[in-house]
Amino acid sequence: MANNPDLGAAFERDEPAFVPYLAAGDPDYDASIEYVEALARGGADVIELGLPFSEPIAEGKTIQDAIVRALDAGMTPDRYFEFVEELAVDVPLVCMTYYNLIYQYGDEEGPRPFVEKAADVGITGFVVPDLPAEEADPLRTACDEFDLDLVFIVAPTTRGERLDRMREQVSGYVYVQARLGTTGARDDVSDQTDESLARIDDWDVPKAVGFGIKEGDHAARIVRAGADGIIVGSALVDIVADGYEDDTPVAEVANRLEAKARELKQGALRGAEQRAEAGGD
Amino acid sequence: MSETGKFGQYGGQYVPEALMPAIEELTDAYERYVLDNEDGFMDEFRERLRDFGGRPTPLQYADQLSERYDTDVYLKREDLLHGGAHKLNNALGQVLLAKYMGKERIIAETGAGQHGTATAMAAAHLDMPCEIYMGRTDINRQRPNVFRMRLNGAEVNPVTVGRGTLKEAISETMRDWATTVETTHYVIGSIVGPDPFPRMVRDFHRVISDEMREQSRERLGRLPDSVLACAGGGSNTMGAFAEFVEDDAVDLIAVEAGGSSLAVDEDEGVAPNSATLSTGDEGVLHGARTKLLQDSDGQIMESHSVSAGLDYAGVGPELAHLVDTGRVTPANVDDDAALEGFHRLSQEEGIIPALETAHAFGYLHENPDAVGDVTVINVSGRGDKDLETVIEETEKRDLDVDVDMSVFDTAGGAM
Repeated sequence: MANNPDLGAAFERDEPAFVPYLAAGDPDYDASIEYVEALARGGADVIELGLPFSEPIAEGKTIQDAIVRALDAGMTPDRYFEFVEELAVDVPLVCMTYYNLIYQYGDEEGPRPFVEKAADVGITGFVVPDLPAEEADPLRTACDEFDLDLVFIVAPTTRGERLDRMREQVSGYVYVQARLGTTGARDDVSDQTDESLARIDDWDVPKAVGFGIKEGDHAARIVRAGADGIIVGSALVDIVADGYEDDTPVAEVANRLEAKARELKQGALRGAEQRAEAGGD
Repeated sequence: MSETGKFGQYGGQYVPEALMPAIEELTDAYERYVLDNEDGFMDEFRERLRDFGGRPTPLQYADQLSERYDTDVYLKREDLLHGGAHKLNNALGQVLLAKYMGKERIIAETGAGQHGTATAMAAAHLDMPCEIYMGRTDINRQRPNVFRMRLNGAEVNPVTVGRGTLKEAISETMRDWATTVETTHYVIGSIVGPDPFPRMVRDFHRVISDEMREQSRERLGRLPDSVLACAGGGSNTMGAFAEFVEDDAVDLIAVEAGGSSLAVDEDEGVAPNSATLSTGDEGVLHGARTKLLQDSDGQIMESHSVSAGLDYAGVGPELAHLVDTGRVTPANVDDDAALEGFHRLSQEEGIIPALETAHAFGYLHENPDAVGDVTVINVSGRGDKDLETVIEETEKRDLDVDVDMSVFDTAGGAM
């Protein structure tokens, strides 16, 4: 991993960004390196790389299971940092984890040691699902010190003052949660997405939509609705899980991930074309 | 207590963004209905606690224990509250609050099943649909309570991830809430979770220490020298302590589950105890900053106790704060001492306590000189739910009480 590529730049190109998620170390360290690199080959513009926490309250069953596999295979914060250093990808990496792991790391109290180490190994930003804007000041301060981004999640229930509070703190991109619930692939795309995007239409950070996107057509639909990027987790983790359960060779699973990544990226590009034809921006 | 929901450095609101609007809505409802008695909410709550719940519960002098330990031992009989535990105070308060808020559905987690049964009872009483999440391990060791919930019309959803105990049940209930937050209220079962839950749950249980004070004044003409309560998440503990916090002369002793050992196995991620106040470190879990059983990376440990209701890796942030400031003394007794306390109270006072409660009696037995001349012990629940566990655990141990289990040897193998 080279030094921290710019997160904003990944969205600035004239095309929608594809942001896949995998849990680092799922189902084991070496295979997981291959899988993350396959996503980059498949067209990832940013990768959200999960650092597994034992109590992932925002995750649905698919990602909970991935986290259990990764923890059972020995993933820890220190192993995670080695993992990031070893990855041969040149897209920005966003660390997605829960606050207790960030808070506990290192000898010094607070999030600073974790952020310092993350910056050192090449992480570009953070998404912390159990850290609302109200509690985020210490992490925001540490991110500013090391020039890292802090991504916030806008939920379908987020309104009014909460949006303002988040707008002040967010950097890199904003993660638009497409529907209520936990993470997990769905067969439909919610109308809540359009409403959520409309509420933050005038924000100057890029808007990436996640929760439930499973296929290229979903990706197209989301981009048509105005998203600057799409975030996909469970649909990719499903491929890792199936490969693990069926004992599929790592190279074959990596190929499937690369193909799925390509499908999703192509879907997003298609959505952008359709949006342009329809006279959108 | 500051307006931001912190107790010293503990507390706060560490939850997914999707839940934050619901938490703001709940904070507003708590302040209006509970703190300001808007629309007579607290009047209705107290009336229902009296008529449906059976409050006030007695303060009883324990003749045999007082003689044995040469100190005046009083029992606050929360086991006599409807449902057999203190849990109804909070469950009834929150289900009623949900009704005032216009919510249509109740969800709750449960460990020992006491909070689940209390919530199921309150939901039936107030005509609200109710679903309870319960760890698979706990379902197996608390079967009578599972059936009680079903009898009251609640759905019981088994949680199979992890070790299948309270920690996993709380996580799963939070996931349900993140999906259904607009119509559903989450009745959290202890003084844990994001603000306003810790202070709201405490306020619904405050009636315990409120009655204790009044009953002590009437009966003794004075306050007790100490109040003892078992502590898992800490709801009966804070209920028994809340009104005494300002009375510096009253010692407040929180007795945790020492389990089988206070040692920790980092490699396996197991702490064979639930002694969070005594041995835990500060961290963030289930919406609050508090003391936790965790490894050096911050992964949460699997806790253990013979009593399902104490088996939790966290503790209420207010208790963590009161321990740090020295106002509450943390203590712990192991599984054997709790079982001995269980048998002793059953034999000598005719009260079969919950295994959770039995920890407080284990402490009294080990430290009779630490409680002063007059002590009040919160009998947080009755032990009917624990009988299967007690039979099993007593048979495999060499306890320091005289328990004759031979009736099962001659009964024809029905057990």
